[in-house]
Amino acid sequence: MTRKDNKKPPPPPPPSSIGGGGGGGTAMRVIVPLQGVVQGRGGLFLGSVIPCALYYLFQLYVKTRTRHRSSNSPPTSPHSNSTPSPSQNLPELSVLPRSLSRTHLTSPTASAFLSGRAASLATDSPHFAGLYKAAENPYHRVDNPEGVIHLALGDNKICVDLVEDWMEKNLSGAVLEERGDFWGIGITGISGFQPLDGVMELKVAVASFMSQAVDNSAFFNPSQMVLTSGVDPAIEILSFCLADYGNAFLVPTPHSPSFDGAAKWRTGVEIVPVPCRSADNFNLSIAALEQAFNQAKKRGQRIRGIIITNPSNPVGNLLSHETLCTLLDFAREKNIHIISNEIFAGSTYGNEEFVSMAEILEAEDHDRERVHIVYGLSDDICVPGYKTGVIYSYNKNVLAAARKLARLASVSAPTQQLLTSMLSDARFMQKFIEINRLRLQKMYQAFVEGLKQLGIECARSEGGFHCWADMSSLMRSYSEKAELELWDRLLNVAKINVTPGTSCHCIEPGWFGFCFALLTEKDIPVVVERIRSVSEATK
Amino acid sequence: MTRTRNPDSESESESKPSSSSSSSTGMKLIVPLQGVVQGRGGILLGSLIPCALFYFLQLYLKKRRRSNHNNHSSNPPSPSSSFPELPRTPSRSNLSSRGSITRARLSRLASTISDDDSAYYVGLNRASRDPYHKFSNPDGIIQLGLSDNTLSLDLIGDWMQKWGSGGGDDDLSINGIATYQAFDGVDELKLAMADFMRQVMGRSVHFDTSNMVLTAGATPAIEILSFCLADPGNAFLVPTPYYPGFDRDVRWRPGVDLIPVHCRSADNFNLSMTALEQAYAQARKRGVKVRGILVSNPSNPVGNMLTQDMLYNLIDFAEDKNIHLIVDEVFAGSRYGSEKFVSVAEILDSDSEYIDNRRIHIIYGLSKDLALAGFRVGVIYSFDRNVLAAARKLCRFSSISAPTQRLVTSMLSDKRFIQDYFETNRNRMRQVHDEFVDALSKLGIKCAKSSGGMFCWADMSGLIKPYSEKGELELWEKFMSIAKINITPGSACHCIEPGWFRICFTTMSLEEIPLVIERIRRVVEVCKSSS
Repeated sequence: MTRKDNKKPPPPPPPSSIGGGGGGGTAMRVIVPLQGVVQGRGGLFLGSVIPCALYYLFQLYVKTRTRHRSSNSPPTSPHSNSTPSPSQNLPELSVLPRSLSRTHLTSPTASAFLSGRAASLATDSPHFAGLYKAAENPYHRVDNPEGVIHLALGDNKICVDLVEDWMEKNLSGAVLEERGDFWGIGITGISGFQPLDGVMELKVAVASFMSQAVDNSAFFNPSQMVLTSGVDPAIEILSFCLADYGNAFLVPTPHSPSFDGAAKWRTGVEIVPVPCRSADNFNLSIAALEQAFNQAKKRGQRIRGIIITNPSNPVGNLLSHETLCTLLDFAREKNIHIISNEIFAGSTYGNEEFVSMAEILEAEDHDRERVHIVYGLSDDICVPGYKTGVIYSYNKNVLAAARKLARLASVSAPTQQLLTSMLSDARFMQKFIEINRLRLQKMYQAFVEGLKQLGIECARSEGGFHCWADMSSLMRSYSEKAELELWDRLLNVAKINVTPGTSCHCIEPGWFGFCFALLTEKDIPVVVERIRSVSEATK
Repeated sequence: MTRTRNPDSESESESKPSSSSSSSTGMKLIVPLQGVVQGRGGILLGSLIPCALFYFLQLYLKKRRRSNHNNHSSNPPSPSSSFPELPRTPSRSNLSSRGSITRARLSRLASTISDDDSAYYVGLNRASRDPYHKFSNPDGIIQLGLSDNTLSLDLIGDWMQKWGSGGGDDDLSINGIATYQAFDGVDELKLAMADFMRQVMGRSVHFDTSNMVLTAGATPAIEILSFCLADPGNAFLVPTPYYPGFDRDVRWRPGVDLIPVHCRSADNFNLSMTALEQAYAQARKRGVKVRGILVSNPSNPVGNMLTQDMLYNLIDFAEDKNIHLIVDEVFAGSRYGSEKFVSVAEILDSDSEYIDNRRIHIIYGLSKDLALAGFRVGVIYSFDRNVLAAARKLCRFSSISAPTQRLVTSMLSDKRFIQDYFETNRNRMRQVHDEFVDALSKLGIKCAKSSGGMFCWADMSGLIKPYSEKGELELWEKFMSIAKINITPGSACHCIEPGWFRICFTTMSLEEIPLVIERIRRVVEVCKSSS
């Protein structure tokens, strides 16, 4: 900043006081600093500007000094002051080029630097720790009856047999032989520059399936779609597109444990929880949203959007038409984005009707550019491991950016081919959706009934694969610590891997997520029996 | 805050009582707050009070700027932005603009990348809109800007067909897929991949599956490594000309910079250690933290190989500077020349006692060597346990889907097929390469000497008019519009000398060479006649 700039800010004195005489007593000269200089004309002005300028220069000096120091020692992040991350430096400011790499040289055994991002990934949340444990020793009714039953948030395997049948019928050798290019060999090649955001055929099939899944209450345009290798990359790409390092998203809790990684790890975006409570059956309240927003703002955090999950994960309740409209108003008022994660849209089984964000945008004149829908195929159509996610956005710039970022998470050709032919079989898919719903409903009821026998109540849910159960009665005290201790007992004593509420950032301790879509009905008594053993030990 | 907002009333009220007590009336008005100050401690208060006022003003301005920013961030200020005097809550001011369409902000990344296109990508898009076909679109653009290999696709197709009609069906069943699948690839595929890499990179090398992370393509593998090895604002040294995709993979999301180390035609674009040393020193002088060297071997686009000596030099250099060495070996199996390929893994294997292998990371993939670009299978091979642990977690964002893993596992396990494929592929590549280079030289276009990869790195500096990047892009435009051929200009690869072009020869068959040459001849003639 130059001097000129400094002249603007000084506190404007009353104009009436200017125009006084130039005389003064001698004692004054000593007392008021710079009086000699000032005494002439413009004394008032200079008399205040000069101390201010000196003070400003002093500030500047202090500032650069501290910055120097911080670029020598672990400096602050270049993007935001609110979240200092270790060892990033401001290259343009380190005037002294030594020091940085020297510090490494001084310690001869030091291995080459890893990024702060890599270092921060070292810890595991219980959710993932449980996954590894369950994967090591999986339960099997016959082969491994002592193994860990996997009930943590996860996939849907309830209709795997239907998919198997379909594949057997449609992908048998004879069919394949007729289409030599089935496995995507034809996708590449001299004429076909492979689109990294998914082939059009699959997009068309996905669009029609998505409308099918919401009972044709909304239509989806394949050209607004970007396909990614899973839901996590879809959310990650959206948070890369919508928020800068250090910005934040509002997320109602409890939320899926995978959000922490998808929205935060690499993007450097933060999650501001909006707590929902059991008293409201974990429904989102706009008052809580407003409060979280204002508090974040007060902290100096910049909120760039809301991520909602509908049907929610893990609770499984639906956002009503009214709530969605209020959310849209809220987003417009604050000028932020909405990411609507609708991965369970096709897996609703309750009486309430699911309303997709797309349906509302179709019917009403909201500004659509701030709404982005995320959808996933592997869960709703029961093909775990197929890892296909969808970004459906109304914002052209977001789509353009997401298409380019899709190169870093594109769906592999064989998967695209398989899904295209499966989803294009509309009759099969229709049947599939119906049966899937019926089975989910049946399993949900059976599972909730089983837990009830033990005195464990579940939150009411209308969709998804999870029971959100209140096990606080089994805890030794009402705290997060006791919850994790119970989780540990369930995993190691009862050999059941469930997801503790803390992994989902639930504000009330004692809630656990059970994924029932991985079980068969015969498994339910086993699970209930195992929980009973823990509950009896507690009593 | 209140003080700053109306200093007038304040100074008035404070100076009035003093005016009655003091004798020198003129001064009172001239030096602010003189009345207060005149007694003891005058010098202190006389400077402190303006400073304090100034400080509050700064604070006020800062706050104002911030809330202004929030309301209409980055968008052109809407008319309602004239800020009210009182610090009203920001949400209120938004309410007033309700109905007026303010667009929600996008991130800096999204806004920069949505219109960042080098000639490389522009060409790819244009060619994909009007692709050449022998019968249906003979006037279309011939795509020679990709790095695909279609020479031996028939072999892959045959294998698939056999697999599909044979025992393949069982392999597809989803029931066998575990509930929780490791994101970084199933063990069977890793085993098959380790075997395959040994076959490709030299039989003496042992690849350990526990050092392996599988990703959905080499592209995310590079990105994940960049995330793990460097923080935003750090940099990697990269010998130029380099693969245009690095800019996207390393720069975009990881925010890591690439510092070019220029190689020149006089050395056949071989890397020189002095240039490397110089680039490193210059970067340091600018205050940039260099975290690693990123090299491709065989190089893309030139196609030359790093010698064993050079690899040792690079390892020493990395050790000396305490930085990482990332070697991209995706073309390791696509060799046709006489130069010997040495994988850095081989050096580590033979010299493991002296080399700190934790700073060396290898990238591999099936897109090039097996021509399975659409399958998206890439490998990070690293010896650093922390890097592996972090990479495994980041794999969530680019994991290989289950059917692909199964398919690839059985393909790689078919040793006989792999062996046949490599032999055939190598012969065909050599044939097309030799023929094409020969035909180009008849047009007066020389290529850099190459032994691997899928490209001819051709010197067309004789055809460009101003010897500059501008002239190069003009020639590229001629290739697009007159010859209808998409090739990659050297500037997209950050080549320091203008006039070099990357031509992918593996997407044309032997029969197509005359057609391509004929089209190039058109451009050559246009250039010669105009000059």
